[in-house]
Amino acid sequence: MVDFDWPWQYKFPPFFTIQPNIETFKKQLEAWCSLVLDYQRHIKQYTLDVTEAQNSELFYNKQLNRRLSLEAIYVVLDELKRRGNLEWKDKSKKSCTLIWRTPAEWGKIIYNWICSRAMNNTVCTLFELSDGEDSEGQEFHGLDKEILIRALKSLESEGKAEFMVFDGSEGVKFF
Amino acid sequence: MDRFSWCDGGLYPDESRVVEKSGVAVYDGQDKTAFTNGIAILTTHRLMWRDQKNRNCVISLPLSNISSLDEQPSGFTKSAKIIVHLTPAVPGRPPGPVTYSCHNFIRLSFRELGQREFLQYMKEEIQKKKWEAETAPIPSASNSGGSSNLLPRQRAGIMGIERSIQQRNKETNKNISQAFQDLRNLMEKAKEMVTLSKTIATKIKDKQGEITEDETVKFKSYLLSMGIPNPVTKETHGTGDKYYSELAKELSSVLAKQIQETGGMMTLTDVYCRVNRARGMELLSPEDLLHACQLMEMLRLPLRLRTFDSGVSVLQTQSQNEEEIVTQTSQLVQDKGPMTAEQLAQRLGLPVVLARERLLLTEKLGGLCRDETIEGLKFYPNLFLTQA
Repeated sequence: MVDFDWPWQYKFPPFFTIQPNIETFKKQLEAWCSLVLDYQRHIKQYTLDVTEAQNSELFYNKQLNRRLSLEAIYVVLDELKRRGNLEWKDKSKKSCTLIWRTPAEWGKIIYNWICSRAMNNTVCTLFELSDGEDSEGQEFHGLDKEILIRALKSLESEGKAEFMVFDGSEGVKFF
Repeated sequence: MDRFSWCDGGLYPDESRVVEKSGVAVYDGQDKTAFTNGIAILTTHRLMWRDQKNRNCVISLPLSNISSLDEQPSGFTKSAKIIVHLTPAVPGRPPGPVTYSCHNFIRLSFRELGQREFLQYMKEEIQKKKWEAETAPIPSASNSGGSSNLLPRQRAGIMGIERSIQQRNKETNKNISQAFQDLRNLMEKAKEMVTLSKTIATKIKDKQGEITEDETVKFKSYLLSMGIPNPVTKETHGTGDKYYSELAKELSSVLAKQIQETGGMMTLTDVYCRVNRARGMELLSPEDLLHACQLMEMLRLPLRLRTFDSGVSVLQTQSQNEEEIVTQTSQLVQDKGPMTAEQLAQRLGLPVVLARERLLLTEKLGGLCRDETIEGLKFYPNLFLTQA
């Protein structure tokens, strides 16, 4: 895996202290939000466990010996939630799903791939899409099932696909 | 037995307790006395005996009255005893339990043993003669005082206590009046000093032409550091607004230069100290100072009172505006790298509170950002705003 290209803020110690100046804070928060999303995209992770994340390199810069406090992490995550890039999995806010690409965007990518392979009017299983050999190397390879379903649902609402459930297994038909 | 006197059981200032033994009876020569069951206490100065039941019944015998000691071993029905041979009674001793006794020795009967140890300690203490060492350092000057210090202690009862309190009161009174006498001298001298500085001030005015400008300036600066020649007081300028406004003028004329020199800002505490030092005798109260400072803006004086968000109050020159501070501070941090309030204080020669205020102000206006760790609060150039 290619090393993640950390933004300059990550090497800037004040980045890890919530700034009292509101203007400064806005910039800081923005930088954190994009860092979290970029990082998650880089490691291809959709879920984030807050307790684990506390000690991950995302929030803890070992070189600087600076870490973002739990309180501050929640500030960042709440902001992401406000922007629609995050959904809490539970009420206690222990873990969350990060949506660094909206389901509609995902849907588009998948649909483009299907078109390019001329697989219209065929039925695929969800497993084929996310873990199949054919989709290897594609961005949505290894996509979280939940997000995949949402992406397909959004395609369905556009009339480009039909989501099907038979015998407990799920499939999709593209038009 | 007539060498014994009553006492309150307390120790003299230099005295210390050596050993105690309970179950001791005192014999006047061969005869039994009323002091049959008590605690014998040996101190560096005295031999004391305290009744086991009635703890207020204490008698004491100065060790200086003891000429020699003997031991009498225990017999079949007799307990072991120490025979204490005494020197002749000194006339004029404090009252004791027995006014006259034909015996020249007493005996201490140890019913619970331990007489050998006690005897050993007694011999040691008598040899050391601590009581002599104690009287030696007090020279003849306080011979009367020394004895009057000791005597009331030996007096038992309420009378004794009252008398010692009286004695103490008298001494305090004397000390206080002495202290004030010194102060009066000082005040007379101070008046002279003030008149002297006044005459010098008028001389300068008169001779403006004769001495060179340089000298005048020098002289004036001396005067300034010496004090304020005609301080504004409530006597000279009345009370109320007039007083405060005059005071404000005085403050601004005295402090303007000094504040300029210390970076354009001075905490109110420093102002208070400096002004009062300069005024010498006519001290200001903190309230008066604050009132006067509050009037400065109204009077359009070159100084201003300013209170930071943290509650720190400072006097600052009018020219010291916020923008200048902010640009200065952020420039400094940019050039010299991240710094704490202490580092900035050192660099600018400011008090730490003021350095901190500067940093916080600059941060408030977006010039700096903070890095808060367990090591402290450090300020960095605000790259969030300046770097894309």
